[in-house]
Amino acid sequence: MIAADVAWMLMATALVLLMTPALGFFYGGLVRSKNALNTLMMSVSALGFVGVAWAVAGYSLAFAPGSALVGDLSRIALRGVGLEAQGTIPHLLFMAYQGTFAIITAALISGAIVERMRFGPYLAFLTLWSLLVYAPVAHWVWGGGWLARLGALDFAGGTVVHITAGAAAFVAALVLGPRKDYARQAFLPHNVAFTVLGAGLLWFGWFGFNAGSALAASPSAALAFVNTMLAPATTLIVWTLLDLHRTGKVTGVGAATGIVVGLVAITPAAGFVGPMAAVVLGGLAALPSYFALLWRARTRLDDSLDVVAAHGVGGTVGALLTGVLANKAWNGTADGLLFGNPGQLGVQALAVVVVIAFSALGTLAILKLIAVFGALRVDPRSEGLGLDVSEHGEEAYARGEGAILVLPDAVPVRPAGEAVDRATSVPEGGRA
Amino acid sequence: MKLVVAIVRTEKLSEVLEALFRADVRGLTISQVQGHGGELERVETYRGTTVKMELSEKVRLEIGVSDHFVDPTVAAILRAGRTGQVGDGKVFVLPVEKVYRIRTGEEDRAAVTPVGVPAG
Repeated sequence: MIAADVAWMLMATALVLLMTPALGFFYGGLVRSKNALNTLMMSVSALGFVGVAWAVAGYSLAFAPGSALVGDLSRIALRGVGLEAQGTIPHLLFMAYQGTFAIITAALISGAIVERMRFGPYLAFLTLWSLLVYAPVAHWVWGGGWLARLGALDFAGGTVVHITAGAAAFVAALVLGPRKDYARQAFLPHNVAFTVLGAGLLWFGWFGFNAGSALAASPSAALAFVNTMLAPATTLIVWTLLDLHRTGKVTGVGAATGIVVGLVAITPAAGFVGPMAAVVLGGLAALPSYFALLWRARTRLDDSLDVVAAHGVGGTVGALLTGVLANKAWNGTADGLLFGNPGQLGVQALAVVVVIAFSALGTLAILKLIAVFGALRVDPRSEGLGLDVSEHGEEAYARGEGAILVLPDAVPVRPAGEAVDRATSVPEGGRA
Repeated sequence: MKLVVAIVRTEKLSEVLEALFRADVRGLTISQVQGHGGELERVETYRGTTVKMELSEKVRLEIGVSDHFVDPTVAAILRAGRTGQVGDGKVFVLPVEKVYRIRTGEEDRAAVTPVGVPAG
């Protein structure tokens, strides 16, 4: 065990955990104010539900020996996961670090179904998806599964995290259907400042995500760190120029989106490509996502916060460009197409296609299963009222006026008869 | 008594208030409102969504005045609120049936005369 590695990985784990509430703000700013808390809660709840599911079963399915397809149950409830070394850090810390990835991956999908999904079915989906879709794919790539044996390169989760989430988002948006009044009314972000704040915090946390994926305080971590700085910076520039060209104005939502797309794209490549290759990758990654986003808005696919365009398309571009730009001079293990190894691009493409198909089918099956037990969507009246009130019984921006205290023991403190009837008939926070 | 209702540009509010205070008009209510006054629509873009904003932010002033204060009040608003561009707003002068001051129960002209100024 190496003390420097332990110290860095403790820090990196905390950084990645911060990305999930950051994602809540990124997403929360993009929805209407009546759904702001619901959208934030979709990320925050993942910290609990996926975090515990990971410790109980997900970690075993992903990282226990098992077969080429899935880990076995030997690490269930963290059996045999203690303070012994896993690489150069404690096994338990390795488990926690990987858990933060499971949490944010599941939370990413929420962007496709905001403003209309009932919260109970959402929690069930989140938990089941992390166990049945995320954990097996993590096993394939990082747990010694078949993609690892084929030599697929995924430094920090372009395939495992972003492509799985993007494919799941596509299916979830289709199954849930578009929001009431989608494509008939304009849905505007209620707080662009939250979105920019979220993107900033995501970038900060992403240093733990990418540089931490070296699993050591090493030169490889330094390379991933610098690439995580340069690639999104370049995407931001290209996104700015595209915005300027299209509308004559540089938008805040565009800047936040460009940063996230750049981070997504560099994720699989972070420790495999040189810094100038990261600049090229970041710049190229802006184009497909930018135009996917414009195209999506003209379709009936209500992937409300463009998870497919940002994470699915960005992740795919990053995974493929990893197969082009990987450079043994920097990573010591594998070259890409540009450095005389065209086969790598083929392996990357195969990984992308299989993971998209698996995540899409798994997501469809889980949503259909949950739909057997109850509706996935809120009723149209609740959708109109907003899910903050219908699902959570609270408001992000409550105004105190007109709020009458409901006394727990219903003892009237007012003069006889006055207003008591109205006070006790105030509807509770449940479904309206 | 009259009720002067003015809709003005938000960015002109400070100047309008200053002009009103200089004209010794005290006692008014303002609220944030949105409206459409024939000005060009503002275009905004959010990712793939482009929207025309048909409503503009304005400020609405309500000023209850005695008859001889109507002209100075309106003149102050017209002078201070004007930019010459479409969207400067409107001033309406409405008849008022009754006015009460809640603190004292005073009525009509006494009720719209600021404290310290002899009603006359």
